[in-house]
Amino acid sequence: MTRIARTFEALKAQNKKAFVSYIMAGDPDFETALEIMKGLPDAGVDVIELGLPFTDPMADGPTIQLAGQRALEGGMTLERTLETVRVFREDNDKTPIVLMGYYNPIYNCGVDQFLTKAKEAGVDGLIVVDLPPEEDSELCIPALAADIDFIRLATPTTDDERLPRVLQNTSGFVYYVSITGITGAAEAQAKDVAPEVARIKAATDLPIIVGFGINTAEKSKAIAEVADGAVVGSAIVSKIAAGDAPADVLTFVKNLADGAHQA
Amino acid sequence: MPNELFNSFMTGPDEDGRFGKFGGRFVSETLMPLILELEAQYENAKTDESFWAEMNDLWTHYVGRPSPLYHAERLTEHLGGAKIYMKRDELNHTGAHKINNVLGQIILARRMGKTRIIAETGAGQHGVATATVCAKFGLKCVVYMGAHDVERQAPNVFRMKLLGAEVVPVTSGRGTLKDAMNDALRDWVTNVRDTFYCIGTVAGPHPYPAMVRDFQSIIGKETKQQMMQAEGRYPDTIIAAIGGGSNAMGLFYPFLDDEGVDIIGVEAGGKGVNEKMEHCASLTGGRPGVLHGNRTYLLQDNDGQILEGFSISAGLDYPGIGPEHAWLHEIGRAKYVAITDAEALEAFQLCCEKEGIIPALEPSHALAYVAKIAPELPADHIICMNMCGRGDKDVFTVAKALGFGMSEAG
Repeated sequence: MTRIARTFEALKAQNKKAFVSYIMAGDPDFETALEIMKGLPDAGVDVIELGLPFTDPMADGPTIQLAGQRALEGGMTLERTLETVRVFREDNDKTPIVLMGYYNPIYNCGVDQFLTKAKEAGVDGLIVVDLPPEEDSELCIPALAADIDFIRLATPTTDDERLPRVLQNTSGFVYYVSITGITGAAEAQAKDVAPEVARIKAATDLPIIVGFGINTAEKSKAIAEVADGAVVGSAIVSKIAAGDAPADVLTFVKNLADGAHQA
Repeated sequence: MPNELFNSFMTGPDEDGRFGKFGGRFVSETLMPLILELEAQYENAKTDESFWAEMNDLWTHYVGRPSPLYHAERLTEHLGGAKIYMKRDELNHTGAHKINNVLGQIILARRMGKTRIIAETGAGQHGVATATVCAKFGLKCVVYMGAHDVERQAPNVFRMKLLGAEVVPVTSGRGTLKDAMNDALRDWVTNVRDTFYCIGTVAGPHPYPAMVRDFQSIIGKETKQQMMQAEGRYPDTIIAAIGGGSNAMGLFYPFLDDEGVDIIGVEAGGKGVNEKMEHCASLTGGRPGVLHGNRTYLLQDNDGQILEGFSISAGLDYPGIGPEHAWLHEIGRAKYVAITDAEALEAFQLCCEKEGIIPALEPSHALAYVAKIAPELPADHIICMNMCGRGDKDVFTVAKALGFGMSEAG
């Protein structure tokens, strides 16, 4: 059983919802990002999404784009992102790590070589925003063969006809994008999300985690109540951008995680 | 003639939107249903006579097509070799080839019931063409333009505003054309219901590269007919400038299966194609990658991060190239070369002096390559280059480069 599957099974046994957090590798610098990442499990984070910096993050808002720019300016690369995972794994063999980013740096590295390195480093899953099911042969199928989960985004534009195709090669969990838009933009509304989650749940046994537009403990709780968990990214990255100390960032994360766990 | 069909270069893309390994649909899930819908609607329109009747009517009466095929006699004489023709797409309404494609996409958008049009623009020519056609049809128009380009292309920004478009200066990333395209995609992902994204070049996710090529192919189709009338045969060489590559694809496509026709695409070499990457020559100086919905040649660093291009011509200043060009390059059907800023500036002046035509900086690159090869070729060798835009928009840039004092307010 994979780390991701184990984590969701354990949460289910405790009747708890999942809290997933996103930070960008190398933001604001390699060491600080690593320090924050190491503190995430104790702050209540069940699954860590680690951003792989890219110059042209078309699905992200300014908060995540600027985080990527800070990381790249500090010399962050795909290799250094995997190094972050490697060092994290020295002390933590339990918390799943999902790399989230765009395809070009991976394609540039070479898919097979990337998967080997990612597996060795301790990566459990991938979210690659610009690889829809139509491009599954690129990375999704090889990742599944390498025992790395390929987590797909489902969106408000994913209609019933398309949903089976989106779910077909998805593993680990399903990431439901709560809004049509970019990260950190509009606010997600639990009342809009609930029927969508129910629709997807009817078509899969995988956990449904909801992200985009969640920025407070209350929202985190409200969304987690209607799904299997909540993801927060931009709100945390904003704290890092503001120069908050790792301890303060982690206090903020704990607050959000407590929200989701109260659901 | 099944054998000829089998060997055709004109059958792409395949059902996955690929030209060989290039092209594809590398977009987020939110956009995927939209581009599938667009593909279905375009496939439908393509074989609908009423769609093409509307296009032809507007091409004739609004754009001014067919554009002339012009024998550049003094330039031919001056260069002393091959016989040079120009396809005069700079004479179109709005001053460039861009409107050929915009008309097609806007008519399609209207058929799809979309009421809001978004576009990205570099030099501003595609933005002006989009704003123009939106004004004609009473559609809301939002144009994303890199903040740097807003500054260096001020006349076109004002034109767009006069035409009723909202021009959004893009400051995300480095505030260039590729960032304008990112922001247009972000807009589209946010306004999925009422918005149509009118892409200005033969790039982006399938079906854009094929659709834009088909709309621009009017250039090559007319050229074939006009060349037959003028010379009784096709040209020996056709040449066009390439940023994303839409004017070039429009000229090249109808000639792909004509074996005797040499095809040459001219990329922007900026300060020279070297390791410093001060150029926009994606094929000459880049390698395959994935950006803006398609796999193609890109300017990128060792880590797969996208690099900024550099060119005196804002219209060529893009780190990628249409996927069909990437494919034609790899199979060798077309040849791609680079011309530097300095060479383009020289050709710009030569064209003004010898032909009384002020060319845009983009086709000045194509012309510079013509000037390079024509003297070595025999007098019965016919070259046709695509004069895809006029240079009014570039006079300030050129004045600055030539050290001629001129104020933009003047």
